[in-house]
Amino acid sequence: MLRLPAFEYHRPQTVEEAARLLDGFGDQALAIAGGTDVVPNMKHGLFEPAQVISLRGLPELRGIHVRGAELVLGAGETLASVAAHPMVRLHAASLAEAAGLVAGPQLRNMGTLGGNVCLDTRCTYYNQTRFWRQALGYCLKKDGDTCHVTRVGRKCVAAHSADTPPALMTLGASADFVSARGERSIPIADLFIADGIWNTVRRPDEILVRVRVPLPPEGTRTAFRKVRQRNAIDFPLLNMALACELDPEERVRSIRLVVSALGSRPRMVSGLDEVATGRTLSDEVVEAVAGKAHQQCRPLTNIIVDPEWRRAMVPVHVSRMLRGLTTPAAAA
Amino acid sequence: MWSLVRFELNQDRRELGVASHWTLLEALRYGLGMTGSKQGCDKGDCGACTVLLDGEPTLSCITPALEAEGRRVTSVEGLATAEGPHPLQAAFGECGAAQCGFCTPGILMSAAALLDRNLDPTRDEIKEALSGNLCRCTGYTKILDAVELAARRLREAEQAEDERATA
Ligand SMILES: Cc1cc2nc3c(=O)[nH]c(=O)nc-3n(C[C@H](O)[C@H](O)[C@H](O)COP(=O)(O)OP(=O)(O)OC[C@H]3O[C@@H](n4cnc5c(N)ncnc54)[C@H](O)[C@@H]3O)c2cc1C
Ligand code: SF4
Ligand code: FES
Ligand code: FES
Repeated sequence: MLRLPAFEYHRPQTVEEAARLLDGFGDQALAIAGGTDVVPNMKHGLFEPAQVISLRGLPELRGIHVRGAELVLGAGETLASVAAHPMVRLHAASLAEAAGLVAGPQLRNMGTLGGNVCLDTRCTYYNQTRFWRQALGYCLKKDGDTCHVTRVGRKCVAAHSADTPPALMTLGASADFVSARGERSIPIADLFIADGIWNTVRRPDEILVRVRVPLPPEGTRTAFRKVRQRNAIDFPLLNMALACELDPEERVRSIRLVVSALGSRPRMVSGLDEVATGRTLSDEVVEAVAGKAHQQCRPLTNIIVDPEWRRAMVPVHVSRMLRGLTTPAAAA
Repeated sequence: MWSLVRFELNQDRRELGVASHWTLLEALRYGLGMTGSKQGCDKGDCGACTVLLDGEPTLSCITPALEAEGRRVTSVEGLATAEGPHPLQAAFGECGAAQCGFCTPGILMSAAALLDRNLDPTRDEIKEALSGNLCRCTGYTKILDAVELAARRLREAEQAEDERATA
């Protein structure tokens, strides 16, 4: 049995009220949406809020629709509804795919898009019971002063483990936040930072209200891939998303590739324009793109699966994903 | 802090006092004595605690009890009727789809939700619907057989009813 620590539970009915509560309670407060990450983490003693603010009743966080040149997704929509929504499947297939590959069916009925974007990082030495962590003397991210992965102090390298952000980054999406101090919008590509303790520029009192995805230009193809131990329930050992605009002759106009679940933030692979733009996705181009990804991705032992193997899988899956864009059977 | 939570459980109205940090599973098992839903991992990994919340399979071990307010909860105790076990329960018995039985209540709920929306699922659709429920005993094959058998019987019953209605 894993009991939750005692807390007070608030169920605000508007986003203003929720923002006021988060502001008023300060570092005593924690927002909960689907609770699929927060509740296990509280049971493990990783978060110990005195006040829990539920975002489930907020109408402002609901709805998926196309408005103007954007696909707008409420942060409170479940992963199941994001995965199944016809507009998401039409305009942002990689996002629907990513949402549909999170965890298992029950967790997708409960977990939200907002919770997925704001998901805490994960590490073998962190996502454990208090008893387990205490036996090892805790770690830098929670209650301790060394990192068991790098074996020095100062920096936590826990893995960004959410599946939808890589897709959102390649699609050029933005996140709209509201707090008692006002509103701001952040491109998802700028949201994440390389600090495993708190890996976003979001302040804890900021509520993600919606995600906006610009409708991709004609000729854009998108893809998402995920590697995990079992093909259900498990978090990613490696995930990646691709958005590639091709001209009528199937030459690359633009290409964006993000690889994640390795370090504390998703990595936008750089230097792809010089190897791919203006060319078709020939074997040579596919290999060059996969090579760039391999060069730039260096996983650590933050997940208990051989980091060298995870690294070796990067070019393998990037190649399959690219080949699948032009010949779907090659993606298998 | 204690509060009252009201919800519909297996078509009965229930009202009970819960501490604000109780999970729905704790409210069911320890507040109401409904021990059909199992407490396995207690952290969202295994599916043994699956109940339907407004018809959707949900993990009650990580759902705050207060989030059940005003909603419709169906647990495994709600499957059988006065006439007898649910066709899924009967098929699980006949096919040997339960060994220790610990995963069974959760699997029955995931399967019941599937058959509610699709009476003719393919084997892959059944696998997908049950992919959030772990079983350490059966190797899953007999579970898939049992769901197929129950689906067939439900289809036949529906067809017989249609024929009676048009006769
Ligand atoms: C067994 C298991 C397997 C899982 N597998 C995967 C997986 O494969 N891939 C994956 O990506 N995830 C996985 N998850 C994690 C989780 O289920 C999902 O990431 C889910 O999308 C989280 O959403 P939630 O609404 O439940 O978030 P919550 O748990 O409610 O919240 C998560 C975090 O986000 C914050 N938050 C939530 N909503 C908002 C908002 N609107 N504004 C500001 N902050 C907010 C919370 O304060 C908290 O810090 C798994 C979880 C479990 C238990
Ligand atoms: S990376 Fe290091 S500091 Fe961060 S959670 Fe893991 S062990 Fe702790
Ligand atoms: S007991 Fe709820 S998922 Fe295991
Ligand atoms: S029958 Fe024992 S776990 Fe499934």
